Amino acid sequence: MPTLTIDGTEVTVEPGTTVLQACEEVGVEVPRFCYHERLSIAGNCRMCLVDMEKSPKPIASCAMPAGDGMVIHTNTERVKKAREGVMEFLLINHPLDCPICDQGGECDLQDQAMAFGRGHNRFDENKRAVEDKEMGPLISTTMTRCIHCMRCVRFSEEVAGVPDMGALYRGENMQITTYLEKTLDSEMSGNVVDLCPVGALTSKPYAFTARSWELKHTETIDVMDALGSNIRVDTRGAAVMRILPRLHEEINEEWISDKTRYVFDGLKSRRLDTPYVRKSKKLKDASWGEAFKAIKTRLKGVKGTEIAAIVGDQADMESMTALKDLLGTLGSKRIECRQDGSAVEAGVRSGYIMNNGIMGVEDADYLLMVGVNPRLEAPSLNVRIRKAVRHSGLKVGNIGNAEDLTYKVAEFGDDASLLNAVLDGSHEAADGLKKAERPMILVGQSALGSDDGSAVLKATRDIADKYCMRDGWNGFNMLHNAAARVGGLDLGLTTDAGVDGILDDAEAGKLKIVFLLGADEVDTTALKDTTVIYIGTHGDEGVKNADVILPASAYTEKSGTYANTEGRFQRTSKAAFAPGEAREDWTIFRALSDVLGDTLPYDNLGQLRARIAKDVANFDDIDVLHPAEWGEFGVKGKISSGGIAPAIDNFYHTNPIARASQIMSDCIDARGGLVEEATGTHG
Amino acid sequence: MLADKDRIFTNLYGHQSPGIDAAMKRGDWDGTKELIEKGRDWIISEMKESGLRGRGGAGFPTGLKWSFMPKESDGRPSYLVVNADEGEPGTCKDRDLMRHDPHKLIEGCLVAGFAMNAVAAYIYIRGEFYREAEALESAVEEARAKGFLGENACGTGYSFDVHVHKGAGAYICGEETALIESLEGKKGQPRLKPPFPANVGVWGCPTTVNNVESIAVAPTILRRGAAWFSGLGRPNNTGTKVFCISGHVNNPCNVEEEMGIPLKELIEKHAGGVRGGWDNLLAVIPGGSSVPVLPKSICDDVLMDFDSLRDVQSGLGTAAVIVMDKSTDIVKAIARLSEFYKHESCGQCTPCREGTGWMWRVMERLVTGEADKSEIDMLLEVTKQVEGHTICALGDAAAWPIQGLMRHFRHEVEARIDAYHAKAAE
Repeated sequence: MPTLTIDGTEVTVEPGTTVLQACEEVGVEVPRFCYHERLSIAGNCRMCLVDMEKSPKPIASCAMPAGDGMVIHTNTERVKKAREGVMEFLLINHPLDCPICDQGGECDLQDQAMAFGRGHNRFDENKRAVEDKEMGPLISTTMTRCIHCMRCVRFSEEVAGVPDMGALYRGENMQITTYLEKTLDSEMSGNVVDLCPVGALTSKPYAFTARSWELKHTETIDVMDALGSNIRVDTRGAAVMRILPRLHEEINEEWISDKTRYVFDGLKSRRLDTPYVRKSKKLKDASWGEAFKAIKTRLKGVKGTEIAAIVGDQADMESMTALKDLLGTLGSKRIECRQDGSAVEAGVRSGYIMNNGIMGVEDADYLLMVGVNPRLEAPSLNVRIRKAVRHSGLKVGNIGNAEDLTYKVAEFGDDASLLNAVLDGSHEAADGLKKAERPMILVGQSALGSDDGSAVLKATRDIADKYCMRDGWNGFNMLHNAAARVGGLDLGLTTDAGVDGILDDAEAGKLKIVFLLGADEVDTTALKDTTVIYIGTHGDEGVKNADVILPASAYTEKSGTYANTEGRFQRTSKAAFAPGEAREDWTIFRALSDVLGDTLPYDNLGQLRARIAKDVANFDDIDVLHPAEWGEFGVKGKISSGGIAPAIDNFYHTNPIARASQIMSDCIDARGGLVEEATGTHG
Repeated sequence: MLADKDRIFTNLYGHQSPGIDAAMKRGDWDGTKELIEKGRDWIISEMKESGLRGRGGAGFPTGLKWSFMPKESDGRPSYLVVNADEGEPGTCKDRDLMRHDPHKLIEGCLVAGFAMNAVAAYIYIRGEFYREAEALESAVEEARAKGFLGENACGTGYSFDVHVHKGAGAYICGEETALIESLEGKKGQPRLKPPFPANVGVWGCPTTVNNVESIAVAPTILRRGAAWFSGLGRPNNTGTKVFCISGHVNNPCNVEEEMGIPLKELIEKHAGGVRGGWDNLLAVIPGGSSVPVLPKSICDDVLMDFDSLRDVQSGLGTAAVIVMDKSTDIVKAIARLSEFYKHESCGQCTPCREGTGWMWRVMERLVTGEADKSEIDMLLEVTKQVEGHTICALGDAAAWPIQGLMRHFRHEVEARIDAYHAKAAE
């Protein structure tokens, strides 16, 4: 371990640490533009120059490995001069249009010019102007501002895995562009906006709508997929202006998908902002009292067995619990969380979570994917898998649809019955798992969606049991697509015949009342003749056949608990108020229970959470992973040899918020080739 | 003056055939097997003792450079890369060496490659040198046909091959790490050092990049002995060197001379003297466009070697002597060089990308005098902001000509500014 001296302080660092990182360890700030800890080292901005004794020239600290006995000075006159010089060079051709630049107020160039710049201008020549580049609906470009740090180029090549960005020409004529000026072919493209240290790449949907200092920042959790990426929601008044990633090493590092980042305009359109009641076949707006009364009327004489509920993909555990309890007071236990008809089972927790955690991907050396497309289902996880493939030699095999996942995958075909061959050891994937020190199997929902879902679940369980168990390592992993799913399973919200059973019974007239808690991914035509009470945020599939609509809060408008695909509990925070009359979901059920005469026994969120904690282990252990005990799940049966259907056809339209988002629709147009055919709700 | 018997490049002017038979008559490929059989350590120590310093411009001791290569392979092959991307304005020595005496280089590749345990040599030749690339390729073919290259080269049991790769003519590809990038098929942009090429070079393998002349002189040095070579020139500046004399001389030429020859003697003996006589001399750029210019007063008695030129704040560089007589607009000449460096900057790192354009624009105004005198000091400060702050040496190369100009011809620049303002005031 090298020991070096930085500004008189001795520090011992890990081998392979750079001088810049060593400086950070002793709290010495070194300015930088091109350096980014998650990207390869470029060393091109020259802002991080420091003095090293015995070196005739200042060195680029970001690129210099810390060596034993090095003596580094960061506060000499020469270093000050070097920084001033680089700063001046960066500014001479920079437009200095800060007043009309969206980066203003959160610009590295601005900040560092203040801290390390000379403060006056000696450049008398004409400034360079660069033509802007078209980069699609998400990224707005002002290329004159570019300082050529190459962060965006390195990100797209290294992290996103799409070598679409690059530099044309050379010298002062160098220009950053995408190949043929097309939209970045990536679900992670928005991250280049965060990476850009200046205002060259900014967010197009956010353009000119707010200044960073006007915004209120709320740290919360994303629900677009089941990862629970950590996000910061920036609001002005009641409006969500933008969504940014928050650092969480174990989940999303500092990346988020384009859906997570740009879905926010969907929070403003097609919102349900007042209760509605169907009167003579037409939905009429109503007061909360009228709506509750209508429900009470329709419940009269209905037996508990004639009531069921389906919860949607974005429901928080508090809402689900309140609905479950409400149903209990009505005598029904029929509440189902597996909207997509997946055969996943509640009960054995290790059977429905990612036991290795997202971080486990980096430790793994063999990964067998079964019916999963992480690129579309969980882009941030896909980035992590790509990282492991690139840096730690992870090998990936796939039983499922062959898709471009941005890394090398051994494609075994989409025949689910191959699992039998893996189990009996005759398939090469068995060798891969067997020989690996840290084998993983990642099961997606599409593998469990067919009639043989339970058999597939059993087979993957047995494969994991046979090949993927190591000391302290349970290699069975499930990827969910719905933020609500693990929470729903933790609460035991499964029914024998699943969603199809509920729809069939409703169609057959055996069900009189069906509650839909944000359930928009089911085909509600079967509920035509049933009384449907829809509690949700958007005028989407769920309201089509609804008789009473109760407007609820979206994930940015309430504090709710979600368990992500690893089984990690996280809580959202209220960033904005819900529109109009909309209320937080659990309070709606609490108020309704009051009207119905059997009041739910909690008056505030704390009491409700205490109630959940009695049923769900570790519920209050926010952001902590607990290993789950291994057990039996799935049902032995014949696996049909049909192909596995993809779980997601259209990445940009997987939930009601996204479908209400114009930006998401623009993305579909821009990327072309993505069929306008969402998640089974379109008949 | 160098005696004919001490000349290494005996076919520099192409009076004889470049083919292998003629080359062998001139002494090439003579006893190559015996040289190799003396072993790696002997070759490297002989090269070190000869005092040969790299002929590409920086003057790093060649034998020492070879000794940095790993003695034992860690599984990766080692490579020799020959830098034939001769692009420094004023320099045209490698071109003639390759065109007329290619076997010196090919034999040098074998010997040097053997000394550094390389499996192959890549000669990265500037794309415009089309005929020279042809000459090299046919020389490689001839050597292969004779069994000098390939499996069991020269009957030594050592297998070695030489490949010729054409560049596309970017000046920056003459920088060794940019050359490596370009050879790998990427955009020619210099790499960060460390790691150095001897550790991580072409395709991630240990690599040594040498100038054509450094490699081409190696077989002769080994045959005639380090003592012979180090007996020529001055201590630390030994041997012979091919000088390229261009500009305002009566007979521009390439000529092999002893290191340390007085500049005046070099020009007068070999290039037919300065146009209009020595007194008509204004200035000389002694080592290719990147080194600072010298006024006549220094040229009168300066010696042409690394240390003497360094002592007068210039450099030997590639030994490309650019002579300018009194008809030259020295400001315009240096401005033209600034334009060259602006044009050839790769754009990777900030000081060079932004600084070269700035320096050139100010220089252009200084040519007409449309400037303020304070801008001279500002310009000098800008050159200091570029110098030493860049990834590669191109930043320094862009800064030095301007620094040289201001050091010796500041009065000329100031006079021009005065004249401009006087005229404007009329």
